[in-house]
Amino acid sequence: MNTARTQLALVVILLTVAGLGLTLYKHMTLGFPLLPGRHSPVWTLEAQINFDAEDGPAQAILTLPAAQDGAIVLDEFFSSPGYGINVKKQGSQRQAVWSIRQAEERQTLFYRIQLRLEPEHLTKAADEPASDKPDTPVLTEPYSTAAKTLLATIREKSSDNESFTGTLLQELNSVDPDQNTNMLLGNLTSRNDKVQLILDLLHQEGIHARMVRGLQLEDGRRKQPIVDMVEIWNGWHWILFNPDTAASGAPDNFFLWQRGGKSLLDVMGGSHSRVEFSMISQPIPTKQLALEEAASGISMVDFSIYSLPLEEQNAFKTILLVPIGILVVLVMRVLVGLRTSGTFMPVLIAVAFLQTRWLPGLVIFITVVTVGLWLRFILSRLNMLLVARLGSVVIMVVGIMVTMSILSWKLGITQALTVTFFPMIILAWTIERMSILWEEEGPRDVFIEGFGSLLVASLSYLLMTNRHVEYLTFNFPELLMLVLAATLLLGQYTGYRLLELKRFRSLIGKPLQHPAEY
Amino acid sequence: MPVNLFKWFARPHALLDAGVLSMNRRNLCYVSRYNKRSLLPLVDDKLSTKRLAEKAGVAVPKLLGVIQYQHDVQQLHKLLDHLSEFVIKPANGSGGKGILVITGRDGSDFVKGSGEKLGFADVKRHVTNTLGGLYSLGGKTDVALIESLIRADPVFERYSHEGVPDIRTIVFKGYPVMAMLRLATKASDGKANLHQGAVGVGLDMASGQSLRAVQFDQPVTHHPDTMQDFSALSVPHWKQLLTLTARCYEMTGLGYLGVDMVLDQNEGPLILELNARPGLAIQIANGSGLRSRLEMIETLKSGDNAVSERVTYAMTHFSHF
Repeated sequence: MNTARTQLALVVILLTVAGLGLTLYKHMTLGFPLLPGRHSPVWTLEAQINFDAEDGPAQAILTLPAAQDGAIVLDEFFSSPGYGINVKKQGSQRQAVWSIRQAEERQTLFYRIQLRLEPEHLTKAADEPASDKPDTPVLTEPYSTAAKTLLATIREKSSDNESFTGTLLQELNSVDPDQNTNMLLGNLTSRNDKVQLILDLLHQEGIHARMVRGLQLEDGRRKQPIVDMVEIWNGWHWILFNPDTAASGAPDNFFLWQRGGKSLLDVMGGSHSRVEFSMISQPIPTKQLALEEAASGISMVDFSIYSLPLEEQNAFKTILLVPIGILVVLVMRVLVGLRTSGTFMPVLIAVAFLQTRWLPGLVIFITVVTVGLWLRFILSRLNMLLVARLGSVVIMVVGIMVTMSILSWKLGITQALTVTFFPMIILAWTIERMSILWEEEGPRDVFIEGFGSLLVASLSYLLMTNRHVEYLTFNFPELLMLVLAATLLLGQYTGYRLLELKRFRSLIGKPLQHPAEY
Repeated sequence: MPVNLFKWFARPHALLDAGVLSMNRRNLCYVSRYNKRSLLPLVDDKLSTKRLAEKAGVAVPKLLGVIQYQHDVQQLHKLLDHLSEFVIKPANGSGGKGILVITGRDGSDFVKGSGEKLGFADVKRHVTNTLGGLYSLGGKTDVALIESLIRADPVFERYSHEGVPDIRTIVFKGYPVMAMLRLATKASDGKANLHQGAVGVGLDMASGQSLRAVQFDQPVTHHPDTMQDFSALSVPHWKQLLTLTARCYEMTGLGYLGVDMVLDQNEGPLILELNARPGLAIQIANGSGLRSRLEMIETLKSGDNAVSERVTYAMTHFSHF
């Protein structure tokens, strides 16, 4: 026993030293800040191009982000097995051309760029319109008349180019547009067409306008589409407008990808092409990291999380938070003495809360489990084998999820749609466990366990959404060793739990009464 | 720290001084150290416990029959034909679930303890449900045991709301360490489960005399349903009962064991069930901690002592008076 204790102590010390050592090394030598938000962030943006090749030569042309002030490109990376890559300049814009002689079936190409963004990175465009007046587009009847009437109405309600554009966009987005607007909008099939219509109308009015594409930067987002915006010339400078909300000015965290109307992606020799973006923010550029590590002779970065594709990196942001939840469960069970339903079920609930947000998640979870329990009671009157019964509970959970989504959608409560983030099997097991508990121990125990589980899940969620915790777990995964050390130590704790201090309080200081003194 | 916090919580060192065993310590230092995992199935399944006990000559309620598979249910009629009182219970049941007590016959009908009459088809359905796992932990398929009916010793008659009271004893390395009597109440729905409102009566290890009684962790002096005074309660056949519990150590090889016994008016003490993870509520019922007693035994010079020596040791060292 004593040797086991010594071994454990040794392992704990080793883990602590290694975890802290690596963290400090990364901080002091490689310059990783220990706290989030102390430096301007480094964004890694990844475009993923997919298309179905037509069994012949194929070419894909992607417009690359324009050079701009306040956005320093640190690294650029193209990935595409078997393709030749060529970057060419097209005006102020660059384009990447992937070509291959023979391609068939689904093709996937990657473009990754790493940038440091200064807070004021989105500066106004410096160029001026090439001509005094934009070319007037030719509209066919009856759209031409409709457009002229609409423009005349807007003109009356506005004073300059800026207010004209704002009013026009509001009219196009209004819930109850007038007849002319309806006719113009009725002709559209896609969002792209709408932006084109806006540009046509503005040009008709003699206002310089162009399309601008960009990304709404948000850490950890995957499969994001590009956002189309409209930029107009007010006589002195260019102003951005959001075509869907009519808001002017650049939104926060907007990264400008492309100016002008050229298409973002052109694919020849393929169909069903699409481009999606992933983004992630890091405290330090991986290239810089690699260079400094290379200088010191060891390369850890090649084997770090940063070397993974962005989608996987984003997945790890969540996965690395799980040990924090585990630690919360351990503390609450071993030190406090709370009862939970299923050992680590609260962690999985907390992970689902990350997607649903806390309050909607809580409401959804309680609703599904309550309805499930009720249905399960009906089921328990039938005499069934365990596997069949569990199977029916899973099917019922699926049913509840579908019903809940449809009902809430009809009622306009969109939060309830996030019910899909709860793992079905966990919900089913919770219902099964709770109903057995109800039958064997009574409703009181069900409430105690349910309350314990949700309390632990909520505490885990609170910790997992903490900015510092999130930052440290992802950028210093070696801190996992400290979590493991703490877990090993807790596994040896033989002292009282907090709730035992309450439970056994009648055992102290009371001399035992002799039966005669009853 | 504000003073009135200690109205709700005991100071940890005060509990330590009182020798109270904590759940973490029970798990780490006793259950996982003294109970070999491979031995646990012996006590999880009542059928194997019973067979083990019968082989070792430890007194248990008589096994009248076993229905193991669905096709054995055909034998049920022949088996029950000549029986007028018996108990059917699941081998893997818990908390008294699925126990059918038949106390008499009325023609071809079976009379339950409550006076309700059941036809043979009802009894047969109960057995089929048991085999299907309706009463077993986690719903696993199960085995139905048919046992002789226990008639509780008349000494308990006025202390139990319903059901037969049982005596839980913690046996550590073969030494009986602490014991309590569990009495069903209306609040516990006839179940002898402390956690659900049954009354726990701490018993003096020397004599079987009651020490104090608790319900929902609070001291009580009278049975809440029958209003009987607990101070007059004393368990008879005490030494014989302790001897039986001590023998369970050799029988199972489990070092930390909860032994549940009943007192039959004709057969005397019988082993009902064994538990490899007995709970800690027994400390509250006794008003004293387990830890100091367990540590006393751990410091004893080992070398296997005979059962009678261990019982004598317990009766002299763990007495309250």
